[in-house]
Amino acid sequence: MSIPPLAISAYTLVNALGRGVDATVARLLDGVSGLRPCDVELADLPTWIGRVDGLEDEPVDGTLRAFDCRNNRLARAAFAQDGFATAVAQARARVGASRVGVFVGTSTAGILETEHAYRGYVESGVLKPFSYRHTQDIFSVADFTRAWLELEGPAVGISTACSSSAKVFASAYRYLRAGLCDAAVVGGVDSLCLTTLYGFHSLELTSSQPCRPWDAARDGLSIGEAAGFALLEWPAKGADAVGLRGYGESSDAYHMSSAHPEGEGAVLSMRQALDRASLEAERVDYVNLHGTATLSNDAAEDKAMLRVFGAQTPCSSTKGWTGHTLGAAGITEALIACLCIERGFVPSSLNTQQCDPSLKANIVRKTQSRSIDVAMSNSFGFGGSNCCLLLGRLP
Amino acid sequence: MNVETATSVPASAARLVTVYAQGLSVMAPGLDGWERSQSVLRGERAYVSEPLAPFATELLPRNERRRATGAIKLALRVAEQLTLPPGIDRQSLRAVFASSSGDGEIINSMCIALARPERAVSPTQFHNSVHNSPAGYWAIATLCHSSSVSLSAHDGSFAAGLLEAATTALIEGGPVLLVAYDYPPPEPLSQVRGFCAPFAAAMLIDARPGARALASFGIALGDAEREDRISDKDLESLRTGNPAARALPLLQAIARLEARRVVLPYLPDARLAVEVRPADNLCTD
Repeated sequence: MSIPPLAISAYTLVNALGRGVDATVARLLDGVSGLRPCDVELADLPTWIGRVDGLEDEPVDGTLRAFDCRNNRLARAAFAQDGFATAVAQARARVGASRVGVFVGTSTAGILETEHAYRGYVESGVLKPFSYRHTQDIFSVADFTRAWLELEGPAVGISTACSSSAKVFASAYRYLRAGLCDAAVVGGVDSLCLTTLYGFHSLELTSSQPCRPWDAARDGLSIGEAAGFALLEWPAKGADAVGLRGYGESSDAYHMSSAHPEGEGAVLSMRQALDRASLEAERVDYVNLHGTATLSNDAAEDKAMLRVFGAQTPCSSTKGWTGHTLGAAGITEALIACLCIERGFVPSSLNTQQCDPSLKANIVRKTQSRSIDVAMSNSFGFGGSNCCLLLGRLP
Repeated sequence: MNVETATSVPASAARLVTVYAQGLSVMAPGLDGWERSQSVLRGERAYVSEPLAPFATELLPRNERRRATGAIKLALRVAEQLTLPPGIDRQSLRAVFASSSGDGEIINSMCIALARPERAVSPTQFHNSVHNSPAGYWAIATLCHSSSVSLSAHDGSFAAGLLEAATTALIEGGPVLLVAYDYPPPEPLSQVRGFCAPFAAAMLIDARPGARALASFGIALGDAEREDRISDKDLESLRTGNPAARALPLLQAIARLEARRVVLPYLPDARLAVEVRPADNLCTD
């Protein structure tokens, strides 16, 4: 028995490809990457990044100015796109503000503010005052979302590293099923900061070139920033919409920063997602891979793909376009999968020049125009946190 | 849209979900384990905030134990102290880790390192800095492949964790391990987010009462009621001084076998009302 699917009745994306879903689709179809050499202030690193332009000049002001930080600016940039805030306002009017839940994933929230404050502390011994609660707190971006969109339902900040904003779909699903809300705003936001740039560099996981998923010469990831939001509701009868048909969550129980070499947890999460939708693997038309372009992650995910799908199912990583947007990657890539379904295309794995001969998954090398009914999106994070989402036209 | 203004949620918004607590564990200065803490929570023994004896988790291999921070050890220790009902093993448990601020020790030392010219971040510290690092270590230690969620809702993190565990138990099937913890960050991070002491609580939440349920929780959100306070001054200071310790009124009701409504802080404009029915009253259902 499949779980009742949820409609994704509105959604929006902001990332290095631009603001709004049309900007993302246009660049995916044109084959133009959003990555550039790292130009983050004080980040003197030989790496490439996916940066959203203009945030420096867009402070949050007015009654919510305490929330001002790069991370919340990025969230607000997304609310302004794709009619998202309007769609949420309509849902709020329909079911009541207290019946709309908010579930937002992030890995580092507004830690950039804390980094700024500590510079003064190291220089002079005085920590520049700042509102931790509204910026660095893991909950800050969920809190901001709730305040900006004037919602009063249940809310939570989910932080499971790079699976954070995939897991928001599963948590929201459970709240909706339990009757704690009638609609849910799910999201993911992560912004460029020294913590992640230097952190991944310290683990020797950043590439000196634009990341090359599944490539024989791949040597690491490119970090990006992004925000993505979606409105989830029970579908109206006969609605022609894309929805969440399944989800799977698992733990690797293997290592804090390396994926299980056989893709054990990844397999579990993918199979769970298929089981919840009562779909056979053959019914999946496209898989958006986690595909970070590190040596071991891609190798482990390739093994997992073979175990679940064999070597036929078309798949690609879109991190060559956006970079690895960490806590925002789950929703960014799930919504790209929705766009593939709605607009009928499969994006290539950008920057994959010479596929690693030891990897067997069917990597899409050239963007194709094709009808897609069901797509999967994989997200695997530090701490062995795996989440897989199954998106599709509502049956 | 003023966040400082508390607006009340209409009563119609309150929907009740009922779950059962199958086991409890607590760790804080003066509250070392559920067995020893019950008499304090019942008011039979005075609360004395003596520092926690040095604690280490026995679950982790020596190397991991050496690298584990105070926050990680606290979360794992309270979880490993939880007595599980017969037939339930750690390996099969879904888990929810609720923490307002994660690992302040690591965030503090990484931000200091990043503020220096060489910006030398420790790779181990970086991978331990993720909010889900206790969940990751727990899974590794117990060889558990089940899902876990790591979350925060600022001062309402315990309530958010309880809701997450309840919805997970109800929709996916229980039992679900809930661990709420917060560990005081060092200076200077403590200037912007400080806690008075470490505090952690763990519970096993199930959709069914089972044979060993300690209490049932009828959970509703909404209401503009004031959150419950604790009459003992020192326990109340602990409650307000650490977000995870917001669990104390709930633990107290269970220890006292009181059937009553406990109101927990949750969101800026909403609280969580929990109708607690201790085990003695459950049999009469």
